[in-house]
Amino acid sequence: MKFAVIVFPGSNCDIDCYKAVEDTIGQPVDYVWHTATDLSSYDAILVPGGFSYGDYLRCGAIARFAPVMNEVIKAAEQGKFVLGICNGFQVLTEAGLLPGALLRNNSMKFRCHSALLEVVNNNTVFTNQYSQGEIIDIPIAHGEGNYYCDDETLAQLKANNQIVFRYKAGANPNGSLEDIAGISNERGNVVGMMPHPERAVNQLLGSEDGKRMFTSILNAWREQHGAAVNG
Amino acid sequence: MAQQLTAKEPTSEQIADQRIYTQFGVTDNEYELICGFLGRKPNYTEIGVFSVMWSEHCSYKNSKPILKKFPVTGPKVLMGPGEGAGIVDIGDNQAVVFKIESHNHPSAVEPYQGAATGVGGIIRDIFSMGARPVALLNSLRFGNLENARVKYLFEHVVSGIAGYGNCIGIPTVAGEVMFDESYEGNPLVNAMCVGLIDHDKIQRGVAKGVGNPVFYVGPATGRDGIHGATFASVELSEESEEKRTAVQVGDPFMEKLVMEATLELINSGIVLGIQDMGAAGLTCSSAEMASKAGNGLELYLDEVPQREEGMTPYEMMLSESQERMLFVVEPRHEAQAKEIFDRWGIICAKVGKVTDDGRLRLFHQGEEVADMPVQALVDECPVYNKPSKEPAYYAENGAIDTAAYAEVTDLTDALKKVLASPTVASKEWVYNQYDYMVRTSTAVQPGSDAAVVTIHGTRKALAMTTDCNGRYVYLDPEVGGRIAVAEAARNIVCSGAEPLAITDNLNFGSPEKPEVFWQIEKAADGISDACRVLDTPVIGGNVSLYNENAKGAIYPTPVIGMVGLVHDVDHITTQGFKSEGDVIILLGETKHELGGSELQYVMQGKSEGRPPQIELATEKKLLSGVLEAIQQGLVASAHDLSEGGLAVALAESCISGKLGADVNVTTSLRADAALFSESQSRILLSAKPEQAAKLTALLTEKGVPNAEIGVVRGSALTLNINGKPGITAPVEQLEKVWKDAIPCLMK
Repeated sequence: MKFAVIVFPGSNCDIDCYKAVEDTIGQPVDYVWHTATDLSSYDAILVPGGFSYGDYLRCGAIARFAPVMNEVIKAAEQGKFVLGICNGFQVLTEAGLLPGALLRNNSMKFRCHSALLEVVNNNTVFTNQYSQGEIIDIPIAHGEGNYYCDDETLAQLKANNQIVFRYKAGANPNGSLEDIAGISNERGNVVGMMPHPERAVNQLLGSEDGKRMFTSILNAWREQHGAAVNG
Repeated sequence: MAQQLTAKEPTSEQIADQRIYTQFGVTDNEYELICGFLGRKPNYTEIGVFSVMWSEHCSYKNSKPILKKFPVTGPKVLMGPGEGAGIVDIGDNQAVVFKIESHNHPSAVEPYQGAATGVGGIIRDIFSMGARPVALLNSLRFGNLENARVKYLFEHVVSGIAGYGNCIGIPTVAGEVMFDESYEGNPLVNAMCVGLIDHDKIQRGVAKGVGNPVFYVGPATGRDGIHGATFASVELSEESEEKRTAVQVGDPFMEKLVMEATLELINSGIVLGIQDMGAAGLTCSSAEMASKAGNGLELYLDEVPQREEGMTPYEMMLSESQERMLFVVEPRHEAQAKEIFDRWGIICAKVGKVTDDGRLRLFHQGEEVADMPVQALVDECPVYNKPSKEPAYYAENGAIDTAAYAEVTDLTDALKKVLASPTVASKEWVYNQYDYMVRTSTAVQPGSDAAVVTIHGTRKALAMTTDCNGRYVYLDPEVGGRIAVAEAARNIVCSGAEPLAITDNLNFGSPEKPEVFWQIEKAADGISDACRVLDTPVIGGNVSLYNENAKGAIYPTPVIGMVGLVHDVDHITTQGFKSEGDVIILLGETKHELGGSELQYVMQGKSEGRPPQIELATEKKLLSGVLEAIQQGLVASAHDLSEGGLAVALAESCISGKLGADVNVTTSLRADAALFSESQSRILLSAKPEQAAKLTALLTEKGVPNAEIGVVRGSALTLNINGKPGITAPVEQLEKVWKDAIPCLMK
């Protein structure tokens, strides 16, 4: 299984995503420059965190126009796995791959700390190694993570089981609607989340609850390709 | 020589006759010297260039005699002071690069940008050496947090640091923040950056090879930051607000691109010399690069990318527009260098060439507009041995007996008050705004004695901290200087690392005042002593003088940034208690030392008397004993005793570990002194019961006084003194007091 980590000018979690893929599942992984026009050789695409283009206009608003984004959209349409983390989540909403938007944190401040999440939907290619309702420890680091969508979209997210992660009740760090921390598209092959699973793959650094995101992806891919593995 | 470019600029004659140079901080005597070096009167561009090169910020003209005191060499030092940053060997062909720098005056006037560009500047110092920046730290001082202006400065300084560091993707892993009326109106904002490098990649800022082209990279030059270095070298005043144009504006996104492109350029192996444009911008970088190579430099100013139309040579040379670098390659590598910057979307312009005449010559619109000897600019600024005088307050404080204070009897209440004092209180409000985890290497997060950052692909890690108690330094500069280094080393050792070296940021008042100069001298003596005894040479640093407010000089605050090496990640140790039943051991001797203490500040509302004393030989024994115990795996937790003494250290170890403790202290001291004295060379350890005997035996053998004082147990801190009740409080309650203090004040 082959991974691409997209690199925009200003991406800064690209290295961490790359290392996480290597360290958790040991699959081949490449950095792919924002100008790339062909992602056909990749099975999974990680859109990493950071401050793409400085996030000067609105988070992710400029990155969505990068040439590589056409390819990311194409890959999503083909059913490939696309995971946007933090700034990557913002980019995916700006690109229309995921509904809703990320507003400034209600504290109006950047917040960085570990966060407890509830796995709301473990029936996705990204979460199949977690159990339903499990509480996991995955850090956050963002200034604009306050998820918002209109009532109609929210009803659809719920009806289609597209809410993947919520912040643990009472521990919402940014004011997001219904404690939403991560969502998927309707088909389930595109997920965006504010917390950073790639920062939670080593107990020495505080948590390894993020490891199973990566083993889930590999597991799902192998199942699709006829050879399941244990996480 | 073209005399003038714009009608607005005064002529050489006017500069002389109207003594215009004095506006730039150049004295009559210095002006005469400059005329002598040039063999004529300088024009406006030339006097501008000389004035920034001869400012305290660039020339260290007032502090050079002080800096000579510091030990700067050691078996592991690969590069000492003089380049962008110092470098220390950490084995396996790897080295650590670090430096601290101040941005005090800009932050007093424009806190967000002042602090942000302070971070940006220190990062450039690190990557211009060829190193990959891996961590940021800071050391901040503000006035009393009840004051509205102080709140404004604190809020915006923190968000400026966050804004820059978070965006560029370098974790801000540690720091310290202290509050005292002394810093009102003149906050201190010191930023430190730590990088990693392979020995063979180390770069220098030299303009090598006559005829080689000089390149400018980064954003276009604007009119911002003109005379920033001069601004940093005078006292702040009512008019300082008008000098907001001397404050630069930062663009961390641009710096991220410049950093990646520069590191790629350096890795390609074609760079002959490289230096960032920091203080005094193009002037300082070009003059220093030429000086270090013993060469000259010509700059073609029409080629300098410009943000605005009609910029004069004076403005271009003195601008401190951020995120710019200067480098030299051989002509045959020009295309390769340009290709790298093109790919990152960065301007790369050929702006000059290396010459052999030892002169810095500037050309603009077809004419030579300045011609100055490089050596005069860089090395010939007069050095001043300022008069020094012991201030009256020093003797007065010697007569104050802190043992005469009424005894504090409600010790639980006193502990809560000290925990709620912003200097001691949790800094979570601050560091939760910093991304301290990006790069996924932060093994020990902010809020500990020292942060620990792992080195990918090895078992090694780096421990790092910043420290200085300005109250101690004020009360006794020499002792305070020693303590600053010793406490930094204690923090490093408590995290499981061997102290390597320091970088220092000497923040003081005006050196024109003999009493301030005395503080500088004595503090430097103290720092030097401690560095010699503890084997931590000074590998670089920064001097920030003229930190004054309406009431006079700030507390002398020589901030020590120290880095240590964790030889194996298994040695990493934190301050929180680990398990029920662990034995708590106090190392060192507690004396009645409340001068300059947090208890004194909280209860008496002032800092007076003599600060705690320190024996460096005792400190050295403590540090080597504890490090050995940690490396042998005998220690469960380690925490340095500092502000608030034993009581605060116990509370913090309980809070961090989410565990209680039953403690009984046997002492001949008064109870309040036993708990809140800030005696030096003390560490609080905990150990598994089965290892406690081995641990205490080792420490005793190493000559470290140690006493078992209690056991980790339950969910409350219960402390008796000589068997009588002293402190009783649920840990949760202490945690709340400690954590809520700063957020409450900032609401």
